This record gives sequence, C-alpha cells and structure tokens, in this order.
Amino acid sequence: MKKLINDPQNIVAEALRGIEAAHSELRVDHEHKIIYRGEPQPGKVGIISGGGSGHEPLHGGFVGLGMLDAACAGEVFTSPVPDQMLAATKLVDGGAGVLHVVKNYTGDVMNFEMAAELAAAESGAQVLSVVTDDDVAVQDSTWTAGRRGVGVTVLLEKIAGAAAEQGRSLEQVAELAHKVNANGRSMGVALTSCTVPAAGKPTFDLGEDEMELGVGIHGEPGRQRVPLATAREIAELVLEAVLTDLPFTRGDQVLAFVNGLGGTPLLELYVMYHEVDKILSAHGVQVVRSLVGSYVTSLDMAGTSVTLLKLDDELLPLWDAPVRTPALRWGS
Amino acid sequence: MSESVKTEDLGQWIRVFARLVAENKDVLTDLDAAIGDGDHGANMDRGLRAAVAALEEAKPATASSLFNKIGMTLVSTVGGASGPLFGTLFLRFGASLSDTDDVTMAHFTAALRAGLEGVVARGKAEAGDKTMYDALAPAVDALESAMSQETAKAEALQQALVAAESGRDATTPMLARKGRASYLGERSVGHQDPGATTVALLLAAATEVPL
Repeated sequence: MKKLINDPQNIVAEALRGIEAAHSELRVDHEHKIIYRGEPQPGKVGIISGGGSGHEPLHGGFVGLGMLDAACAGEVFTSPVPDQMLAATKLVDGGAGVLHVVKNYTGDVMNFEMAAELAAAESGAQVLSVVTDDDVAVQDSTWTAGRRGVGVTVLLEKIAGAAAEQGRSLEQVAELAHKVNANGRSMGVALTSCTVPAAGKPTFDLGEDEMELGVGIHGEPGRQRVPLATAREIAELVLEAVLTDLPFTRGDQVLAFVNGLGGTPLLELYVMYHEVDKILSAHGVQVVRSLVGSYVTSLDMAGTSVTLLKLDDELLPLWDAPVRTPALRWGS
Repeated sequence: MSESVKTEDLGQWIRVFARLVAENKDVLTDLDAAIGDGDHGANMDRGLRAAVAALEEAKPATASSLFNKIGMTLVSTVGGASGPLFGTLFLRFGASLSDTDDVTMAHFTAALRAGLEGVVARGKAEAGDKTMYDALAPAVDALESAMSQETAKAEALQQALVAAESGRDATTPMLARKGRASYLGERSVGHQDPGATTVALLLAAATEVPL
C-alpha cells in the first residue's frame, strides 16, 4: 500500500484539518467531524448529508452556497453516528427545518433515522429525509438492502440546495429531492479494487484482464465480472443497464454525468464521456447538461460510473443556479 | 423465579459480554470480512469498552438508567449498522424496566422481548434474513417458554443460550437478505452471520453471572 498518509487511524481527522486550512469560508467542528457553512440563515431550509469517508469530494466538498449546509464525515466507508447528524442538524437549523440527504446503505439509513428521532426529541427541529437509491446494478431490491445511493446524490444535493437558497419550504425541498432521486439512474464499473487505509490491502481481487460491472462505491460486488473491454464497450454495457431501467427514451432531456471512482484520470473520463454522448445521441436522448469528473469516489479505485438524470423546466434552472463549494462552483 | 436481580449484577452481565466480545474480536472480524466489510469485531469491541467505561463513570443506580447508558454509548461509538441495532436493543431493554430496582426474571424476559422488537423496528429484519434476529428471537422464545414452565433461573438462561447458539449456527446456510451481505446473493451462503454470533455471546454472558 502506497498512500499519502501519516497514520491510517488519523486520516479523517487530518483531512478535516486540511479542509479547514484550505477553505477559510467553511467551518469545521472537529469533535463531531462536521464541515459546515457557519451561522444558519433564518428562514432557509438547512440541508445536511454525510456518510463514510473515502468518497471525496462527497459530501464535505459540496458544502457552501447553493448546496449543503453541513456534511458529517464518518470513518472510512463507515456511517457517521447519530450524535454527528444531531449536532449538524442543530448547527444548520434556521427555523425552517432541515433536510437529511442519506445514501441507501443499511448503516447510514439507521444512523440518520436515529439522529432525526433525537433531533425531534431534543431540539424540536423539523427534519425530513430523502434516501437516494439510484444504482441499477442491484437488480433484486426486494430481498436485498435495496439499491445503493451513488451519483444521483451529488445532483440532488445541488438541485435541492438551489431550491433551499430560493426560500422554498422544507416540504417543497424534500418533494423536489424525491423527484430528483426518482428521475436519476446510475451504474459503475471497477477496473481495480480500492484499498482501505486501515486494511492496507485491496478490498477485492480483480485480475489484470477483468473488470467488475456494477460495482458499489465500497467495492460491493456488481452484476458480473467480465473481461476488460474498451471504453466504447464499457459505455455500451453501462448505458444499456441505465437507459432501460427508468427508462430513458427518445426525446428525453438529460444531464449526463460521467464520474471517476478515484483512480482514473480525467483524460480517460473524457474518452468515456465521448462514447456516452454518442450512444445517447443514437438513442435520441438529448443531453442538455453534463458533468465530468471525480465527484463520488471509492478511494483509489480505478473505474467510472455513469448517471443520467431526466431534466425538466423545474430542475434545469435549479441545476444552473449559482453554487460556491470546494468541488462545484459556477454562477455569480 | 421471583427473586430480583441487582443492578450491579446486570452491569456485570454487560462487563462479561464486553470481555467475550474482546476475546472473540478476531473471530467476529473474520466472519464479517467474509460477507460484510470486516469491521464488526473491532467496532463492537470499541463500543463495549466505551460502554463499560461509561458505567464506571456514571454508576447508574437503576436498571433502566444502566441500559439507557449502555444503549446510548453503543449508538455513539460503534457506527455502521451494529451501533443503531445493538444500541436500540439495550435502549428498549432499559425502557422496559422503567426505573424498577426489583428486576425479576419475568422483567428480564419482557425486557429482552422489548429489545428484540426494537431491533425489528430499526432493522426491519425477519426470520431467515441471516441477521442478529435469527439468534435473538429464538433466545427470547426459549426464555418465555421457560418462564411459563416455571423453570429455574439458571436453567432458563441456559436454554436461552442453547437457542441463541442454534439460531446462530442456522444462519450459515441462509441467504443474506439484509445489509451489505445481501449484495453477495448466493455467495453469502455458507458463512455464519457475525451479528448472530455476537448475540450468542450476549446470552453466554448471561449464564456466567448471577442474574
């Protein structure tokens, strides 16, 4: 294992120190491992998220104007505990309530649920939750923990964040968040395993000539292990699964998001994006917005995921609205 | 069956449980590595050490406050799914005892039933999902059955342990339907569930102290 670390046990705490030093506009609660925007804005719905570390810039890199108000960092690939989300909820509650954005993993869902119960009991803060579950790789949702939350989470945090910034109510922001989740689908492919720092060795074995189609962002097994293929073939395999699931059909307007899993260069992500764009054109699906880069990562895993989100007249302007966070920034 | 259990003996139950988990930390971690993410042993050990330390510091006077302290500490320190699940088990266990110092075996049994119901409410698990439920539910059933037959206390707890261990062993051929292991599908078959294994240790601890 070759990693830029001092001590595997301190990796999250030390990274938070770095974020605090690099982004003076943000604040960090080191005790609770929370990155937050500062004083809550009266009347604005607060939005918090969080999850295990190792997926950066998700979620801490999306704290700022037009997106999240706070992000709770768990240990690597381990859900944060309710105390953290409770503290974050109190930090961002400006009286208009707080939305919890939760990725669908068993531990995350339970810890956020407990935090919401504690918040209601302790501070009276009104909390609504949205759980993202856009990973089509999980085909059996009934007899498993269900589909996992992946790429759509970023798009949801951006769009819900813009709506909250406009002064919409908690119910409206939550409804919008559910709509984003319902209209987005994703799937990923791993070319190599990730290595959890504390474990010191790859999470799973993957041959030089193999790839894991439908991999999860913690190295969960995907749909199948197949021979390594070209970017063109990978794009076809991934989009076949994503397009047919919602489904996305001719005439749909979409945001196409090609995401890197942490160990794949941007150069390759653009090769992938080119293939995705061609396939979508061939299907008559109109790409009206795009996002290319590593936003939902799995430590040092090489590979990519593709997320499509159906856009309409409500979602598009919210996507375009100004955002100022460490990882996403545009508009004025 | 009617004599009550002292709060300090209930605390001792959790101390023994913490010791058994510490002794079996690597076993639990290996079981979890096979079908989960390999941190169950370390997480439970860390949480139970914190719970025992919290008891030393707070010295709860009542059974209810004792288990509330344990539950809250586990929720705050274990993380993952095990924190909310084992935390809820003890929180509900404590709430069921509602500040009585006169904890009888009937109270204990009812509290464990309440704890099980809390686990179900939190985790939505059913019998056969390959989870901690599959060891805990048979143990509660066995205790209730022993109670109805007026079985002696030590024997009742022994029967609960046997039921928990049988339930634990029965998870091996099961197909996981909850948590991270569920993504493995057929590949989860043939592995013993780590959560059910920890529950069997909880019941084993109960047979080692004068409850």
